[in-house]
This record gives sequence, C-alpha cells and structure tokens, in this order.
Amino acid sequence: MSSEKRKYEVDPVTGSAIHPYSWDGIGELETPPPRWWVLTYLVCFLFAVGWWVAYPAWPYIAGYTKGVLGFSTRADVAEQIAAAKAAQAPYNNKLAQLDYAAIAADPELSTFAMAGGKALFGENCAQCHGSGANGNVGYPNLLDDDWLWGGDYTTLEQTVMHGVRSTNDEATRQSQMPAFGKDGILTREQVDDVVAYVLSLSGTAPADPAAAERGAQVFADNCVACHGDAGVGLREMGGPKLNDAIWLYGGDPKAVAAQVFNPRHGVMPAWAGRLDPLAIKKLVFYVHSLGGGE
Amino acid sequence: MSMTMNNRTPTTIDEADIPVWSHKPKTFPKKVKGPIRNLKWAVMAVLLAIYWGVPWFRFDRGPFAPDQAILIDLPGRKAYFLWFEIWPQEVYIVTGLLIVAAIGLFFVTAMLGRVWCGYACPQTVWTDLFMLVERWIEGDRAQRMKLDRAPFSMKKLGKRTAKFAAWAFIGMMTGGAWILYFNDAPTVVPELFTGEAGTAVYATVAFLTFSTFLMAGIARENVCTFMCPYARFQSAMFDQDTMVVSYHPARGEKRGKHKAGESWDGRGHCIDCRQCVDVCPTGIDIRDGLQMSCISCGLCVDACNSIMDKVGLPHGLISYDTERNIELKACGQKPKWNLLRLRTIGYGVVFALAGLGVLYALMARQPMDASVLADRNPLFVRLSNGDLRNGYTLKLLNKTPELHAVEIAAVGLTGAEVTVLGHETEAVPTVELAPDAVAAIRVFVRLPEADWKGSPLDFDFVVTDHGRNLTVSVPTRFEGPAK
Repeated sequence: MSSEKRKYEVDPVTGSAIHPYSWDGIGELETPPPRWWVLTYLVCFLFAVGWWVAYPAWPYIAGYTKGVLGFSTRADVAEQIAAAKAAQAPYNNKLAQLDYAAIAADPELSTFAMAGGKALFGENCAQCHGSGANGNVGYPNLLDDDWLWGGDYTTLEQTVMHGVRSTNDEATRQSQMPAFGKDGILTREQVDDVVAYVLSLSGTAPADPAAAERGAQVFADNCVACHGDAGVGLREMGGPKLNDAIWLYGGDPKAVAAQVFNPRHGVMPAWAGRLDPLAIKKLVFYVHSLGGGE
Repeated sequence: MSMTMNNRTPTTIDEADIPVWSHKPKTFPKKVKGPIRNLKWAVMAVLLAIYWGVPWFRFDRGPFAPDQAILIDLPGRKAYFLWFEIWPQEVYIVTGLLIVAAIGLFFVTAMLGRVWCGYACPQTVWTDLFMLVERWIEGDRAQRMKLDRAPFSMKKLGKRTAKFAAWAFIGMMTGGAWILYFNDAPTVVPELFTGEAGTAVYATVAFLTFSTFLMAGIARENVCTFMCPYARFQSAMFDQDTMVVSYHPARGEKRGKHKAGESWDGRGHCIDCRQCVDVCPTGIDIRDGLQMSCISCGLCVDACNSIMDKVGLPHGLISYDTERNIELKACGQKPKWNLLRLRTIGYGVVFALAGLGVLYALMARQPMDASVLADRNPLFVRLSNGDLRNGYTLKLLNKTPELHAVEIAAVGLTGAEVTVLGHETEAVPTVELAPDAVAAIRVFVRLPEADWKGSPLDFDFVVTDHGRNLTVSVPTRFEGPAK
C-alpha cells in the first residue's frame, strides 16, 4: 500500500497514458472513453436507483420491496383478463339471447361460439371423447352421423346438461342392457346366433347363415324393444343402431358377443351446475358443428 | 518498466491527471455558398417535402379500405401503396424493394461515391436543417465558437434555450409526421392535440422527437463516422474510377500563405486558408486525401472555388474527380472518364433484374388466395353407412377492398361430396368473402366406401369467383384406413 503518487508514462503517438503493468512486454493504453459513454453510464446508474424506488426490486426473507408505483405483474394479468372478459361480453350477451339456429346464421357469432366451445371441450370433454372428438372404444365418436340419443341442438343440450347414467341427476339419460349371457337369459348358443344375425344387419355376410336365421327370432324376442326392428335403433331408449358401420364397443363377432353376454355401459357426468348455461350452449354448438349435427 | 519502443523521451503524467473522458474537439461548420450548396438545399427541400407531404395524399379505395395513398395499417396487418395492397405474407415484395434499394445504392456509390451520404441520407438532411436553424440563432462558425467558449450568461442561456427549443420543435414535427404513415393523417392530427390518440402514437412521437434531437442536433457527424455501417463498407464499392471529393495535391502543393500580387511560381495553388476544413460538416481536412469520414457532400468544393475566384485562379483545386484522373492530371495528361466498367455494369444488371423481379411479383399478385389445413385428429371419420369423411379448414384470403362470393369444389376426387359448414343445403357451396379479410371455413368431403381403395387420394380444392373469372386451386389429400 504505497501512498506516493503514481506516475504514468505517456505514449507519444496517441498521447494516452500507459498503464504501468506490462504483460510479456505488451502494455495497455489508458485511453479515456468518450464523454457521452461515461455520462450514459452515470445516467444508467441513477436510473437503476430510481427503478429500485419505483418498482418491485429487492427481496427479503418473506416478501420484497413493492416500489412506490405499486406495480404488479399479477395485477396486470388480472386487468388483462378483465379486459378480455369485457370485450367478450357483447358476444356473450347476444349468444345468451339467441337460439342455436340464429347463432348458426350469424358467421361472426358462430365463430365466437365455436372458439369458446372448442376451449371448453378441451377442458371438459376431451378426456373421454378425445381431443379431436373422435372418441374411443366405449366413448362415442362425436364426429360421425350416428347418435345414441340424437344429434340435434335440443337433444345434445339435454345430454350435456344431464349426462348419461349420471348418479347425481334425476333427469339423466338412462338405459340398461340386460346381461343376457351372464344372467342366463340366453344360452351361449343363442348369444352366438343373435350375434350372427346382428352382424348380418349391417351387410356383413354371416359365416353361418343358419345361425343368423335362428338369431333373427332371438332378436325379435329379446332385442327389438330397445334396438328396433332390424336393429334401426331407438333413440328414446338410447338403444344403439345396429345396422350401421359404427360400433361403440367393437364390431367383430367376439366384441359383439361380449357386449351381449355381459354389456358395458358408459357414464357421462351431468354438466348442468358444473358449467354455466352459456358454456353449455357453446359446447353444444361446437359439438353440433363437428360434422354430425342434425 | 517502460514498454515504449521508440527513442523519444517519454513524458509522464500523474495518475490523478488521467482524464475520465476524452476531449474530442467539436466541429463548428461554417456557412458556405455555391452551386453544390444550392443543389443540397434543393435536394433537402424536395426530400423534406416528400416526408411531410406524402401522408396527405388521398386515394379512393371504396368504403372498406382507407383512402390514404400510402399507409401502413399495423392493427389491420396491411400496407397500402396506391393501387397495391401488401399483406404480411407478401412482405417478400418489401424485402425485394429493399434489395433493389441496396443495389441501387451500390450502383450509385460505384459511379459517384458516397453521394447518398452527402445529399439524401436522412442523417445529412436533418443535420443540415438543424445547422441552418443553429446558424440563424447563434450565428456562423466564429460566433458559435465564441459562444461555446463564453462563460455562462443570460445571453448564452437565451440563445441555447432558443436553439434547443427550435430543435425540439423540428424533432416533434419529424416524429409527428412519422406516425402519419401508420395512421389516417387527417384523423390522427387533431387527435394528437385533443389527447385522443393512442399510447403507441404518443410514445412514437416522443421517441422520434428525442432521437431526431439527439442524432441531428448532438451526435451529427459522429453518426456517419462511428455508427453508420455503410461508412465502413463503402470502400468495397470504390475503385480508381469512382467519383470522390478530391484535393489535387499536384496542383495545390506546396501550400502556403499567399499575398496579393505575389507570384505563383515555385509553389502550389493551395493558400492554406483552411476554408475547406472550416465548412466540412464532419470536421476533416480533405487535403489529407480520401478518408472514411468524408460523406462526399462537396461543400469544400464550393468553399475552395470561392477562394480561387478571389485569388484569380481556376476552379477545381478541390473537385469531384476520380483517383485515376488525379493521377493523370498530375502527369499533365487528359482526364479519362470510365463510366462503363465491369463493376458498374454488374451492379446495373443486378439492379435491373431485382427491379423486374419485384415488378413481376407485384403484377402477378393474385387478389385472392387460399390455403388448406387437413384435419389430423382424426385423419378420417367412418360414417354410419360405411362412407368416409375428411374434414378441412380452408382459409380464403380476399385481398381486395370489395365483397366477393366464391364457389368451393373438390376436383380430382371421384364420387366425393363437398359440404361447407353453414352451407349444408347448397348443391354448390357458395361462400361470401368479406373485404380485405381472411375467411376460415370448415369443409367436409365425403367419399363413398366403394371409392376408397386403401391409399390416400390427392385432389384439389378449387375456389372459383365467377364474377371476376378467378380461380385458385390448392392441393390436399383424402385419407382413410389401410385396406
């Protein structure tokens, strides 16, 4: 720690002082930076101090300095959400008043309803029906033209609101197929016969025509009540159509036989109460627009 | 511990005396008169008139589009340029224009040197304007230097305040005009004063006021010398035949003071009056030869010629000339102009090609466009009678400010039936396209089971506008299960 004044040599070419340290014989000039550079640095420093005072800056054990301007990114987000909600309000009000046909007639409104419906579908329905609404084994495909309970706006709304076999809604849709094999209503042979007949309904040539013929009688005795004559389906009962190419639990003989012997039943929750009526309206409109709407 | 390698006696400096910042001398360009200065005034007047005048030109585009001849509509994501309307996906046209402009700049630079810098660059135009105002308020070079050295006084404060206020006003006008290119001019100007204009508008005006003040008032030649990248690579476009502002040393040297009536024998024509240095807006001495800081404005030419008039010598001791000619003149030979060179021809050809390319892109631009997005989740849907159905989102771009109706058809897919969501009952789906908008429509294509052979089928969506006899087709494919 020397207190004597250090003397710097001056480089005769540039006029700058030469730093007294040398690195393998290479020196460094003490060329002063431009004035604006130095001043900018000072201004930035002062700006930073001002920033600490104005905005949230320093953390302490529990919490942080809030800043005198009271700025908060969380409040910002809340404000933006409120602004978005306010911007949606005129559309939402219109949606609430109009019926489905009127919404469909208004391109701007139907775009809005479909966008909302799509988001709601992704949050609430995609878990079972798939993000593309194409369903899965046991979960109905909502894109096709086959509906268990019907695919017009009113029916769809009823289904969404009250669900299917929902345990907490009196008005829920109910249907129950007896376990024909498990409960001994039909013998194993009768089950096989009726399966052969059911498959023949959708145009598949039965492997055993005699079995299909026998199955026709079994069908008439046991199945027509819900599935209708020749398996055309009965929507009031939720009885699936059997004479088409769409099978909820699979369309090969084994899968159909399994369903006759010991049927599985899907459950859909009742959404009234969980979603507000406007959300249900958007959902119904969206599902109706997927290609199968009636 | 000295590292100085030369033999001069090293001087020393106390650590405390090393300056915190450097003290670069300021420039105080002197007023100059002459033909080049007049040309520069004229160019400045034209360019400023264009900048402040263009947004006020109207152009009728009908009820659905703005009627400003040149407008960049940022919220609408569109740019209007007379008959042309540029959508964001056509930014390549703007890119093309920038390329044309860059090559044009190279071409001019190879021919005439840095005339862009000296005459047309906004930095030069606005600095000139600021200097003019400065001269009106504070006087010419000598008065300004005196004022700068003078201690603080009310007179100095008054002059400085007046100057800064005038600069701030020009800066505000500059920033204020910039926003007219992005907003409807007659609407936004009153809004600016009533406080109804948007935050972005005020922020832009404020920023450009500040930056204009800073760049044209304070930074000036330092922008050209230290900040501008073009100054750094312009030498790549120079050759022996490029026009540059040149001092003719063979004629000028040996320089020295000259008294009236003295003989010119045995000495050069340069009387070392330093007028060329005093008028230089970048503060350089052109007699040191071609240098990076020279913006080729030619004010030193005017200054020197007026001195030559006074001493009765011919013009042209400093002039626009080529390096080759300087050498030729030094040897007493006739100057040679070599305008058509591989470099200039090359730049000219590329300039023409790029220009034609942009023109073609503008002319070949379709007023309608379409793109298709085939559903991927799921790829296809099996319908109850066994038919297959694919879903598509078709985006239809109507790039005109008018309403149009188009028909949608699938071509090249035998047996297919096309339905558009919301138009299910129409035999040939017809969709209305709003002016200057993108319509996203859902299209379903249904194929009978018998027509599905097990491999994807390529087909086209054909969008037809019968009214304008316009057809756009977009390729896509139909998917189904493997067979």
